[in-house]
Amino acid sequence: MTPSGVDDDSNDRWALALSAIDVLAIAGNRIGGVLLRARPGPVRDAWVDALQLVLPTRRLPANADAEALDGGLDLTATLASGRLVQRAGILADAAGKILLVPMAERLNAALAARLAGAIDDGAPPLVLFDEGDPEDAERERVPQGLAERLAIHIDLNSVRLPMAALVAGEAPPPPLAMLAEPGAVAKDPETALAVAAASLGIASIRAPVLAVRVARAHARADERPDAIDQLREADMAAAAALVLGPRATRVPPPPEEEPPPPPEEQEQPDEPPPEEPPPPPSDDNPGDDQEQPEPPPIDPTDMILDAAQTALPQGLLDALAAGTMSKAPKASGASGAKQKSITSGRPAGVRPGMPGRGARLALIETIKTAAPWQKLRPKREDGRLAIRTDDLRIRRFVAQTQSTTIFAVDASGSAAFARLAEAKGAVELLLAEAYVKRAEVALIAFRGTEAALALPPTRSLPRAKKELAGLAGGGGTPIASGLDLALKVAESERSRGRTPLVVVLTDGRANVGGSATVSPQEAALASARAFRVSGIAAVFIDCSPRPRPQGAELAQAMGARLVTLPRVDAKSVVAAVKSASGGAI
Amino acid sequence: MATPARIPFPFTAIVGQAEMKQALLLAAVEPRLGGVMVFGDRGTGKSTAVRALAGLLPPMKVVPGCRYFCAPDDRSPCIEGCRDKAGKRVEEANVPFVDLPLGATEDRVVGSLDLERALATGEKRFEPGLLAKANRGFLYIDEINLLEDHLVDLLLDVAVSGTNVVEREGLSIRHPARFILVGSGNPEEGELRPQLLDRFGLSVDVRTPTDMGDRIEIVKRCDRFDRDPAAFAAEFEGSEQATLEAIAKARKLLPKVQVADEMLGLGAQLCSAVGADGLRGELTLLRAARAQAALAGKKEVKPHHVAEVATMALRHRLRRNVLDDTGSTSRITRAIAELIPA
Repeated sequence: MTPSGVDDDSNDRWALALSAIDVLAIAGNRIGGVLLRARPGPVRDAWVDALQLVLPTRRLPANADAEALDGGLDLTATLASGRLVQRAGILADAAGKILLVPMAERLNAALAARLAGAIDDGAPPLVLFDEGDPEDAERERVPQGLAERLAIHIDLNSVRLPMAALVAGEAPPPPLAMLAEPGAVAKDPETALAVAAASLGIASIRAPVLAVRVARAHARADERPDAIDQLREADMAAAAALVLGPRATRVPPPPEEEPPPPPEEQEQPDEPPPEEPPPPPSDDNPGDDQEQPEPPPIDPTDMILDAAQTALPQGLLDALAAGTMSKAPKASGASGAKQKSITSGRPAGVRPGMPGRGARLALIETIKTAAPWQKLRPKREDGRLAIRTDDLRIRRFVAQTQSTTIFAVDASGSAAFARLAEAKGAVELLLAEAYVKRAEVALIAFRGTEAALALPPTRSLPRAKKELAGLAGGGGTPIASGLDLALKVAESERSRGRTPLVVVLTDGRANVGGSATVSPQEAALASARAFRVSGIAAVFIDCSPRPRPQGAELAQAMGARLVTLPRVDAKSVVAAVKSASGGAI
Repeated sequence: MATPARIPFPFTAIVGQAEMKQALLLAAVEPRLGGVMVFGDRGTGKSTAVRALAGLLPPMKVVPGCRYFCAPDDRSPCIEGCRDKAGKRVEEANVPFVDLPLGATEDRVVGSLDLERALATGEKRFEPGLLAKANRGFLYIDEINLLEDHLVDLLLDVAVSGTNVVEREGLSIRHPARFILVGSGNPEEGELRPQLLDRFGLSVDVRTPTDMGDRIEIVKRCDRFDRDPAAFAAEFEGSEQATLEAIAKARKLLPKVQVADEMLGLGAQLCSAVGADGLRGELTLLRAARAQAALAGKKEVKPHHVAEVATMALRHRLRRNVLDDTGSTSRITRAIAELIPA
């Protein structure tokens, strides 16, 4: 780290972040706004200060819901004046300003969708603060439908600013980079940006469209004497770095003649970027791009890609290297899906309904609903508000779904007793921890000719102990019926709003089930495929002493994660379940 | 919210996405199709296309002053008695296009007590909600898979019955709410419940265009539209007008389009070949084929009309076959190839 604690790379990104403000001031709603990845802190404050110097802002309260955005009945004023008084919504109130949205990673879907729709309708531009910890892979994300509509994505998490300016409480002035040479006139900028977006692996067509808008706004912010629709390299570079780079899902193939640009900038902010192959002397701008303004015009797309690389999302390169760049997070698995709940979680609006059975009365909403009827209803003698059941409103919450782990245990043959005992142990271990996460556990045993639900989903440890005590083993192995029953239980759990995880414990060799033409093993495979269609998460624990291919086949057909545990014991079963559920259990 | 009157992006200026545009046109020609569900990635022009359609529809005749946009020639009684009040007067109105926001409250959707009247004069009067505003028009729900379950149930109920019923101490309102439901959503953000999916007449999948030429053209058109919406719209005035006329003509022609018995048989065969459950699929298939023929200016449904609409009419109704991993679309294509000689 350089003595001042500020390096050129950090400088570049700060300059880029400041240029976003100029672009936002010119383009306004047409670019949607800015998604700012930054934890609360002096750097973010400095950026907001710089923004507020240029543009008025309005902050979205953390507890705002969709109704607050659009306004609604002003109850106090309405009752006082005897006529309808509407309260202006935040969107209307923020007209002509920038709407700041703190903790955007926690926005609920409804609010995010309303904001996204508002952008389409010409609402005020947004600045979203994504305060998630960039190191935390499991962190919450800003709802994609909304993030997608905001042209500019900036990451301030690794920007360091000179301490002196921060102590003085002033926003550090933009470094010289802001005065970058505009560069040559870009030929066919729309094509260049469209091609660049595709080479960066950006599927959405909205990205290049927004990039063109950003480039045009950047050109106008510069107040050059150019023709109105003329774009220069600096505009293109800004658009690439502000819009395209952060959305990249792959690193573009390096141009053939040149050495590949060092792609590590984002990863190691402390390392000053080596000045590229010494460019012509005129170029001393460590600007928001790595342009090389030699007179012979370079391919605009290459120039844009270079610029975009300064803003590649953090972790992209690591993810690429590890080959783990996934297209979309799977819905099942990890932690339980988000669910509307009436009992607990974060508030998610209000709906008509009866309080009780865990639902809480939304008092203000109820009074609001009842208020206009007061003149129509017979006056109460005690002068109190006449409230009827129709008026009652209950509060709803968003809660993490609770999980149900369903064990399907092969209780057949000679090894049954040991296997069953360990499965029981695993159930008890899970239940012992379950109260923390409100997880439930069920157990299906299959043996002889059929499967039976030995323990219906429960959270109660004593009940589990009691019901599992008399469980017998031995006999044939009807895997198909076991899987069918597991699927049935899992689906009914899912319809109860819980997230099921099925854990199958068997050696994978079926000898009961099927028909005259279908072997027991084929019947088991068919059941496994049916299971896969349901999309329910599953773990297949192959506990035969010497694993054979049947187990792996079944696991694959089920879409289950295969774990081989030749010596089953309760603790390793629990560990396998936990790792499969990604910590939800 | 005061929104400045914006020029919508012209429908005919949308590059590619032929299936989505076709489905929307069919729904505009034949309102009884049951709406369109558009599934697709973000940034594929779903919302743009649906909103652009609103600007395209020919105006409709309404009874002046009616809050439910009653048609003058409709016999069913209106709760406002609008026809008695208006006498023989008729006026033209744009086809309503209502955006249902995800956060909408039930009151706002179905309508509620007119607060102002209730407070000021103690009068019980119904204030129509979004369902009334959408009568005879379009109800558009972006990200419908994120919509609250209780609202989805409510919408389904109204969409099927064509009537919105509001019962609340003394307020007993029943008003027509026949609208074309257009939903869009991203399957990655949550599946739509099958019961809901099945209610949509047509279902289309949109993908981001992968052809570089198309992508460049889209960026260019958006840029030109950004810089001068009026000039851009003027450029497409001709094709917009032509589409509008085609819709109007097709609507007029639609009642005269004949569906021969062989076509009914073909529809049934196709549905059973692909394993589409229920009569709804068959009915939608034939209605869509009829609309397709009307759009083409033909008075009789031919096998190729059925083939052209089969995928969008059936793809969301197939039973999931455990042993067959091929997608719905290719299963339908295969069945069409077998049953309808090209």
